[in-house]
Amino acid sequence: MTTAASSTSSAGGTPATENLRFYGVWLIATIALIVLPMVFSSGSSLTSFSLIGIAIVFALSYNILLGQTGLLSFGHAVHYGLGGFAACHMMNAVVSHGWPIPLPFIPLFGGLGGLAFAMVIGWVITKRAGTVFAMISLGIGELVASSSLILRSVFGGEAGITTDRTALPHMFGWTFGPQLQVYYLIAFWLVLAAIAMYALTRTPLGRICNAVRDNPERVQFIGYDPHVVRYIAYCLAGFFAGIAGGLAAINFEIANSAYLGAIQSGLVLFATFIGGTAYFFGPILGAILVTYLQLGLTNLTSVWQLYFGIIFIGIVMFSPGGIAGLLMMHRPLVRAGTLSTVIPSYLVAIVPTAALACGVILVIETIARYSGGDGNPINLFGIAFNPVSPVTWVVAAVLVVVGFFVARLTWRRIAEAWDRAATVARDRGYLA
Amino acid sequence: MTAAIEVRAVEKRFGNVSIIRDLNLSVSQGERHAVIGPNGAGKSTTFNLISGHLRPTSGEIRLNGDVISGMRPFEINRRGLSRSFQVTNVFARMTVWENVRCAVLWATGHRYAFWKNVDSLPEVRERTAQILNDIHLTHRRDVPAGLLTYAEQRELEIGITIASGATVIMLDEPTAGMSRAETERAMSLIRRLTEGRTLVIVEHDMNVVFGLADRISVLVYGHIIASGTPEEIRRDPKVKEAYLGEEAH
Repeated sequence: MTTAASSTSSAGGTPATENLRFYGVWLIATIALIVLPMVFSSGSSLTSFSLIGIAIVFALSYNILLGQTGLLSFGHAVHYGLGGFAACHMMNAVVSHGWPIPLPFIPLFGGLGGLAFAMVIGWVITKRAGTVFAMISLGIGELVASSSLILRSVFGGEAGITTDRTALPHMFGWTFGPQLQVYYLIAFWLVLAAIAMYALTRTPLGRICNAVRDNPERVQFIGYDPHVVRYIAYCLAGFFAGIAGGLAAINFEIANSAYLGAIQSGLVLFATFIGGTAYFFGPILGAILVTYLQLGLTNLTSVWQLYFGIIFIGIVMFSPGGIAGLLMMHRPLVRAGTLSTVIPSYLVAIVPTAALACGVILVIETIARYSGGDGNPINLFGIAFNPVSPVTWVVAAVLVVVGFFVARLTWRRIAEAWDRAATVARDRGYLA
Repeated sequence: MTAAIEVRAVEKRFGNVSIIRDLNLSVSQGERHAVIGPNGAGKSTTFNLISGHLRPTSGEIRLNGDVISGMRPFEINRRGLSRSFQVTNVFARMTVWENVRCAVLWATGHRYAFWKNVDSLPEVRERTAQILNDIHLTHRRDVPAGLLTYAEQRELEIGITIASGATVIMLDEPTAGMSRAETERAMSLIRRLTEGRTLVIVEHDMNVVFGLADRISVLVYGHIIASGTPEEIRRDPKVKEAYLGEEAH
């Protein structure tokens, strides 16, 4: 255990060990990305990993705006989508002109596509922050999404623009036909983009972005124009979103209007917020979770969006810091060695909370199928429930009501245990 | 020698209401100048006009001889004028260290750079450490500014203001809400940190004002009724009537 005196000095020991830990994290992440398809080699997991990789780049780019600069955009998919279209057009041009540009360089052109549009509209849109910015971003999003259906030569109308990634010049003998090769291409760009975006937070601009987020008025009195800061941040976010869009274009071999629509913009907001905007790794967690839920839930239930909504509301209300915020809350307790006093209360709370969740799921599914005229049994953890049977309704009601009241007692215990642990941590000199 | 700040015939109206009328103020280089006056006299508005937070309706403001009225706050700041705020105005979610460092970045020429590692800029690090040492907050460097005590936040506010190395410092009631002991501590801090710079300060505490200032201007209803050394101000009948007189009773 470190003493209180040394703990207040810095976050984690000497600069040397901090550097080592820092590079260690990136190295481990890179190795994990390389090893992952060897452990889970099925076609469906490769597809999932590819989608998750794209979603992470996209969510991290969104957090340059939301978490770093405090800009809530409802139209970030515009840059993702335009990046996708730019990549598709570039791929087709490379093929038809016989340019010697191999596929792995294509995401860069996606990024330039996203950047170009951000540079054009960014100056107007970033003039103000807050509600004005949010509203204009929504408007731009709708404008571009509807234009994509009108400007057929550029966006290909409803069908979109298709391309063939294997027709480009090969690299290292890779055709990029198999999903595995595409996965590695995405993983490569993921590491590159993530390192670049992390590095961005450690630059003078990155720090001033945080200052603009916290207090745009004061920034003006330390020599900075918050408008310029927001503009550069917006352009860089557009660039990285374009890279994600370019990766998506390679993965699906198509770009269409769905790429730049409001749903896509909403999903990236979801992923980033659920993951947590205050920490760099938050959007990574969020992108993984949301992509998995999206892939998993759509197979399980027709009302999967409802669950998305419930999760989102739950996070906004009870954990505005997202998953990353929840995890990092425990850091002072770990440092102070008081985490073990909180764990038992968590374990006690799991059972009634899970019962409550099962009850809620049962209620939602019963209503959804009953009103949908769909009499198929609900399959919950291997147990079949008949949605039109009163037994199911009673079970659901009991689970919800009893689960809620018991769970509430256990939540109180968590709060008490937490207070004690945090007080001890604070007394030992760790911020909590 | 040109005056550090020269305010000539400035007026500020909000709609039909004239908050500042025919304001004339001159602060010489290296002078410690206090602006006093009753509540609502327009002291903070005067600060906002000079620092570019508000635009004068008419009149002219010069900084070191150059016209600055009509410029944006960051343009004025880059010309060497830095101000603090009456209500604490820091970057709440960033640490004390980061607060001061942000204020150092422009002046050290790093501007909007997104290709340099902010942690490996020696002159930025040294200057930030120096400022933290000056304002006695080195031991709190990793604490988010929002979690500091009130007095500490006021000290950080001063630290952010002086960090850029501006030659003209404007402090808006730096000791507002402080206890007597805290006020004395803050004033000795201000005296030390503004050594060799021009200082304009708004302050309510008369002991502080008369102890610190080389010259004092008295602002009443948006108009400066007297300007002079502490001794002249103390003797001025207009001031006695309008301001000090009230306190004597």
